[in-house]
Amino acid sequence: MKKITSLHLDVLKEIGNIGAAHAATSLSGLLGKKVDMRVPKVEMVDFTDMMELAGGPETVVVGIYLRIEGDIEGSMFFILPVEQATSLIRRLINDEQFEFSQKPEFELGLSAMQEMGNILSGSYLSALSDFTGLKIYPTVPGLSVDMFGAIISIGLIELSQIGDHVIVINTTIYEDGCCGREEVRGHFFLLPDPNSFEPLFKVLGVT
Amino acid sequence: MAVVKAPNKIRTSGLGSCVGVVLYDEKKNIAGLVHIMLPNSSLGKTTTINEAKFADTGIDTLIAKLKAEGVSPLRLKAKIAGGAQMFQFTVNKDVMRIGPRNVESVKNQLEKHRIPIVAEDTGGNSGRTIQFDPETNMLTIRTVNQGVCEI
Repeated sequence: MKKITSLHLDVLKEIGNIGAAHAATSLSGLLGKKVDMRVPKVEMVDFTDMMELAGGPETVVVGIYLRIEGDIEGSMFFILPVEQATSLIRRLINDEQFEFSQKPEFELGLSAMQEMGNILSGSYLSALSDFTGLKIYPTVPGLSVDMFGAIISIGLIELSQIGDHVIVINTTIYEDGCCGREEVRGHFFLLPDPNSFEPLFKVLGVT
Repeated sequence: MAVVKAPNKIRTSGLGSCVGVVLYDEKKNIAGLVHIMLPNSSLGKTTTINEAKFADTGIDTLIAKLKAEGVSPLRLKAKIAGGAQMFQFTVNKDVMRIGPRNVESVKNQLEKHRIPIVAEDTGGNSGRTIQFDPETNMLTIRTVNQGVCEI
C-alpha cells in the first residue's frame, strides 16, 4: 500500500467515531443511562505496544472477538475490565451474585455478555457499513475472560504475516458513575487486514 | 527471542495461540526462549521476515544464537507451552486453529533438530504466562483459572 498520510488517519478516526457513537447509543439503551465516548485514537503500533493498550499482556479482561468479512476484512474486539463487565451484567440480568466463571448457574450472565458484545459490535459495524456503502458481515462473536495478550494476539495473527505493525482504531466508551467516577470503560479495537485499507480509502474518496 | 544465563530468568506474558519454546542446556545453565506466532515462514507475505515469529525460522535462529554462546545443539532440551484456542468458533477458518497448528509445527521442527521435548503444556483454551529458570531448568506456567504450575 502507498504511504499513509494524516488525511488517511483522519478518515480512520472518523470511522471509529461513527462506529463507537452508535455502539455507545446501543449500550445507553440497554442500561437506560448516559454513555459517553472519547475521541478515537488511530495508531500504528508494534505488537508489544498493542499489548499495552488495555493495561498490559497479563491483565485479565473480558474480551469479545469477531471477524469481519465482506468488502473489507479484519478483526474486531470489545474489551472490558472484569470488574466493570461484572457490574454491568449484574445490572443487566438483575443478579447480584453473577461472576465471570464457568459455573453452570452463571450461564445466563455469560450469554448476556456475549449478546451485549453482539449488539454493540453490530451497531458499530452497521454504522460503518451505512457510512461507507461497503458490505460488512460480522461473524458470531466469541467470548473469553483471560489475559489481554492472549486474547488480542488472535487478531494479530493475520497481520503478522505481513509485518510487525498494526493500524488500530481504538475507541473508548465510558459511563458516568456517581461522584464523577467512571463506571464502565470499554475499548473497541478495530484491526482492518492490510488489504482492506485500499477499498476503505477508495469509497471515502481519499487515495 | 532472547538467551539468558543463570541466575537470570526468562519470561513471556500473555501467550494465547502463540507457543513459547524454551531450549536449554542443563550443564551450562543457559536457556533461550522464542515466541512463535505462526507455524511456517512460507505464510509470510513479504520478502523480509521477522524470523522469530515463525516456528521453522524461529527455532533455527534460536539454535544458532545458543551455538554462538558455546552451547552444543546436541545437548539442547526443550520445554514448550502455549498453543491455546482462545475462542470457540463454528466457522472453519484456518486462523481459528492456529494454536494447534503452531504446536504441531514446533514439534516437527524440534524433531528435525533431534531436540527432545522434556515437558509441555499445550492446547486448551487459557492464556499462559511462562517463566523459565536456567538454574533449576523448571518452567513456571501461570493461567487465570488454574493458577501456577511447574513443568
